[in-house]
Amino acid sequence: MKPIIEARQVQKHFGQNHVLKDIEFAMGKGEVVSIIGPSGSGKSTFLRCINQLETIDGGYISVNGEIVGYRRQGNKLYHLSDREVARQRQAVGMVFQRFNLFPHKTVLGNVIEGPVVVQRRTVAESKDEAMALLETVGLAEKALAYPAQLSGGQQQRVAIARSLAMKPDAMLFDEPTSALDPELVGEVLGVMKTLAAMGTTMIVVTHEIGFCREVANRVAFMDQGRIVEEGSPDDILKSPKNQRVRSFVSAVL
Amino acid sequence: MSQSSASELRLEVVPPKKIGTNLLAAVCILLVLLIARSFWHGQIEWSVVKENLFARPVLIGLISTISMTFAAMGLGIFLGVGAAIMRMSENRVIRYIAIGYIWLFRGVPALLQLLLWFNLALIFPTIGFGDTFSVRTVDVMTPFVAALLGLGIQQGAYTAEVVRAGILSIDKGQAEAAAAIGMTRFRTLQRIVLPQAMRVIVPPIGNETIGMIKLTSLASVVQYSEILRKVQEVYYVNSRVIELLIVATFWYMVLVTIFSIAQFYIERHFSQGWGAARTSEKTKAEVPA
Repeated sequence: MKPIIEARQVQKHFGQNHVLKDIEFAMGKGEVVSIIGPSGSGKSTFLRCINQLETIDGGYISVNGEIVGYRRQGNKLYHLSDREVARQRQAVGMVFQRFNLFPHKTVLGNVIEGPVVVQRRTVAESKDEAMALLETVGLAEKALAYPAQLSGGQQQRVAIARSLAMKPDAMLFDEPTSALDPELVGEVLGVMKTLAAMGTTMIVVTHEIGFCREVANRVAFMDQGRIVEEGSPDDILKSPKNQRVRSFVSAVL
Repeated sequence: MSQSSASELRLEVVPPKKIGTNLLAAVCILLVLLIARSFWHGQIEWSVVKENLFARPVLIGLISTISMTFAAMGLGIFLGVGAAIMRMSENRVIRYIAIGYIWLFRGVPALLQLLLWFNLALIFPTIGFGDTFSVRTVDVMTPFVAALLGLGIQQGAYTAEVVRAGILSIDKGQAEAAAAIGMTRFRTLQRIVLPQAMRVIVPPIGNETIGMIKLTSLASVVQYSEILRKVQEVYYVNSRVIELLIVATFWYMVLVTIFSIAQFYIERHFSQGWGAARTSEKTKAEVPA
C-alpha cells in the first residue's frame, strides 16, 4: 500500500540541539498511529514538521507522495512559495495542545473560516457542512457562542471540527488533552475514537496510554529524537523489547 | 440560648462618614464656581462668540480641520501598518529601513516637519522622473499637501510602534492555527492576527486621532485654512481675539467629544468574543430554538 505520510532520514536541529535523528516513518490510509515518549523526545516537533510548522534540515517528509516544503528538480530541492506551502498544508489537519481557536470568531465562524477563505467555497454550503461537523463533535447548539464561553474540552472539540472542515487526508493531534482538566479529557478522546472508527487517518502524540491501547493500530515510542521502538499497542505496552520503553511504560501504567 | 446568639450575630454595618473627602469636594465645587464667575465678569463679549460660532469662515475652517484629521490619520495608519510589518521582516535591510523611518520621523518635531515639506521647493525646484515627467514643486506642494505629508508621515512613525505592539500581543498559536488550515501569511495577517491586534491597537490610535485633531492646528503655519487659522483671519479684522479663540476652543471640544464617543463604539466592536457576559445575551437571541 502506498503510504499517505512518509518520513525518510529526517534530521532537525534547534541550534546545537539535534532534536530529530534519522526518523523513518510510514503510515497508510485509515491507520491510527500513536506517538508516545518522554517530554523533549521530539514527538511534537516531528508532528509539526509534517505540517511544515517547523522545517527539517535533512531527509524528507512526503504526504500523498508529494515532498512537503520543496520542489524536486534532479537532485536538488527548491523551497516552495508561501502559497504552495499553504496549499500542501490543506492535506493535513492539525489539532493543538492549546486549541488555538480564533477568539474573535464564533464557533461556526471558526469552522467555516478555512472552507470559505482558503477553499473559496460558498458560505451556505460551508455552514451546512460545519453544522454537520459540530453535530459529530456534539456542539451544534454552541454554534453561535464565542470560544471564551466554552470549556477547554468544548474548545478542543471545536478545534477538531475546524480541522475536519478542510477535508484533510490525515489528522495530526499534538497532545490534544494535555491542557485539559482531567474531567474534560474523556469528551475529547471520545470524539477522537469516533473519528478513528470512521476511518480517519490519524497521528496522535499523547500521554493517554489507555487511548493508545484502545484505538491505535500502531504505537511509536520516541526518545531523544529517535523512534526507538514501533509496533502494535500490545507489543509496545505489554512486552516492549527496548529497556527505555519498558521503564517508561511501567512508570506510566 | 441559640436564639440570643442568633440575634447577637445580626450586626449592622455603619458606613464611614468620610468627612474629609466631602469637605474637599465642597472646596473643589467652590473653586470651579469662582473660576466660572470670573470668566463671566471678564472682558469677554459673549454675543460676539455667539455670532461667530456658526459664521461661514469658522465652519469652513472646521471642515478643513476634520478632513485633515481623517486624511493625516489615514495616511498615518497606512504607513504605520506597513512600517510595523516591515519592522518584523526576516530581511535585515527591510527591517532597518522601517527602524530608520520610525527613528527619523518620530524624532523631528511635527511643526518643523511641516515647514520642511512646505519649503521643499527650496531643495528640489521640480519633481519628476528624469526628463519624461516633471512638475514645479511649488505647484504640487500646496498647503493641504504639505500639511498632509508633514502630519501623516510623522503619525505613521508613531502608529507603526502601536501596530507592532498589537501584532506582538497575539499568541503565536493563532498564526499556527491559521497556517494549519492552509492560510497564506498575508491571509493570516489580514483575517486572524490584525483583527485581534485591533483590540490592542484601537485605544492608542483613538488617543492619537484625538491628538491629531488638535495637531492639525499646526498646519496654520503652512497656510492651511484649518479652524485656528480661520478664526485668526476673523480677529485680524475685528480685533475680537479672545472671543474668536473661544469659538475655536468650542469646536475643538465638540470634535474631541464626538471622536471619544465613536472610539467607545469602535473598541466595543473589536472586543467581540472577549466580553463573555455581553455576547452571551446576543448569542441567546440569535440561536434558533
